[in-house]
Amino acid sequence: MSVEAEVTTTGVKVELPKSYEDIKDLIRIDRLPHIWCPGCGLGILLKLLARAIKNSGIPIEKHVIVTGIGCTGRIGGYLKLDAYHVTHGRAIPFAVGLKMANPELEVTVVGGDGDILAIGGNHFIHAARRNDDINVIIVNNFIYGMTGGQYSPTTPKGAKTTTSPYGHFENPFNVPLLAYAAGASYVARWSVLHQNELYQALLDMFKVKGFAVVEVLSPCIIYTDRNAMGDAVDLMKVIKERSTIDHNANLSDIDIDFSMNKIILGNFVKRERPVSYR
Amino acid sequence: MAVAKALSVREELVKERLGLTSNYAAAYAVKAVDVDVIAAYPITPQTTIIEKLAEFVANGEVDAEYIPVESEHSALSAVVGASAAGARVFTATAAQGLEFMHEVLHIASGLRLPIVMAVPGRALSAPISIHGDYQDIMNARDSGWIMLIASSAQEVYDSIIMAYRIAEDSRVLLPVMVSYDGFLMSHTTEPVEIYHEEYVRKFTPRNLSRYRLDPRSPITIGVIASPEWYYEIKYQAIHALKESKSVIKEIHGEFNKFFGTNYDIIEKYMVDDADYVLITYGGASSGNAKEAAKRARERGLRAGVVRIRLFRPFPTEELVNAIKDAKVIAVIDRALTPGNTYEGPVFSDVITALYSSGVEKPVVSVVHGISQRTMLADDFYNLYKMLDEYAKTGEYPRRTVFMGLRT
Repeated sequence: MSVEAEVTTTGVKVELPKSYEDIKDLIRIDRLPHIWCPGCGLGILLKLLARAIKNSGIPIEKHVIVTGIGCTGRIGGYLKLDAYHVTHGRAIPFAVGLKMANPELEVTVVGGDGDILAIGGNHFIHAARRNDDINVIIVNNFIYGMTGGQYSPTTPKGAKTTTSPYGHFENPFNVPLLAYAAGASYVARWSVLHQNELYQALLDMFKVKGFAVVEVLSPCIIYTDRNAMGDAVDLMKVIKERSTIDHNANLSDIDIDFSMNKIILGNFVKRERPVSYR
Repeated sequence: MAVAKALSVREELVKERLGLTSNYAAAYAVKAVDVDVIAAYPITPQTTIIEKLAEFVANGEVDAEYIPVESEHSALSAVVGASAAGARVFTATAAQGLEFMHEVLHIASGLRLPIVMAVPGRALSAPISIHGDYQDIMNARDSGWIMLIASSAQEVYDSIIMAYRIAEDSRVLLPVMVSYDGFLMSHTTEPVEIYHEEYVRKFTPRNLSRYRLDPRSPITIGVIASPEWYYEIKYQAIHALKESKSVIKEIHGEFNKFFGTNYDIIEKYMVDDADYVLITYGGASSGNAKEAAKRARERGLRAGVVRIRLFRPFPTEELVNAIKDAKVIAVIDRALTPGNTYEGPVFSDVITALYSSGVEKPVVSVVHGISQRTMLADDFYNLYKMLDEYAKTGEYPRRTVFMGLRT
């Protein structure tokens, strides 16, 4: 059933599923199997991102992926594209430099909530304010996954983590509101469960002239485990049952709280603003 | 008699014997000294220290504020602020995190703040590596901090307790970094004897007789110094660091007496009659060197090891005294100074120390264990054989030897 079988650098024979037929030339099969945990949403994003890049109408050789440190940061390494894996938090300034040096490139940052919103938070708001013409995909798994589950800027209040064993008491960022307030031209939020919508949002993102942000809700077993939410698949079920799509939602009202009673998804912002260079 | 006395002292002081990683040992020490503010950001291989501390704080076992900041730059900045206000503080980091703190490292020492930080050493990007060596702390070497490098989990525990006494001593008032092997120690469980906290607190009374922010008697901290004064103020910090060595030795003595231990600023292993000495730092390389020295002795080579425990201020006289009768010496660095005449940073320090005392010796620079490249006891045994060969021929390498490097 596989489209490609290859013995990889890890010595493991890997077969890509049939659904990867159209993008097999964009996946670095030799580097598989990937490092992500079973149930992690990053594999789905990898597939959708590769497909969106392929169908973006922009030549593949113009696409560049920039990632920082964290589980999400590994995504660039699995794509057969120019990809840069930079220091923790610095993916956005690196990407802005790339874009300024060669504005013909389609530059996409992929980072986690820790990478983009904690250690790199300042870069995020200032790149949005300047409306730098780059794309930023924020994979929100509600936690620092790679270092083993400390709370991050998007951890909901009440959540248990290794650094909040009895429940987190700080407020998380509302990512779309933050992106909008800082000046982003395009803001969307989807989950890895909403594959068609997420795929469309990624295609839209490539068309945007200006700072484009897509928040991707992605389950993390490190998060669900500690919070008695079952496994990552159970979190997918929660997202499936409780999410509603509202493109016109009031952004100040779309926080995701610990109960996850209300998950609002949509393509919230699309506006034209001058970009930071000619 | 002395041993029996030390044992009886420990019997009273030791609360329990736990299996702890060096990271957990660090957290237990911070708990024992009763800190007020902890700020940190997760980074491998440090993270488990602050996870444990966050747990202690959440359980109410440590009466401290835990600030989970958004970066290492903020972590050190937050403890600088807290320390300036008179709080007893702690932070921890490694590798890129320490690099990111670099600006604030100089602020902490320049402001003479008694901050204590743990650093399980790790290789520096690029390429990205999470594995252990000491490249990170070598970049912090010239930032005016006191630097201790421990070689066991027990020593990490004890050193952090000592660090608070050293940092807060009125004759010192400087930040202290306690480093140890990333992963090989930070994530390896060893038996550690932890003390009843009342004894640790008796040993580390708070010294608040220092300049600190207090609304009742306002002062300004950190303002600009004109060129007329900058030099003099900076010199005070440099001078304090240099002079801190005698205080550090004094506190080592007090600690040994109080806790029945036997620490010194350098550790000597079969050095007294040694012809061939390996100078090392950290856990794995010292452990391997000692094992190799034993093997070399069994085969008739008079081999010894000196471990540098206090790295800054550098134990110049003590080191020179320990090695002055050796025939050939090798310095094993798990760190790099690219572009220098020799690439081993501590090698250069040893040469400078010998030069300052007018001692001329053949000394070989060896680099090993970069990004945790496996160091075998055999590698170190072979070093002793090489030193023996050099002594016989009078010829020895005038370039750094990169052991374990694939060519």
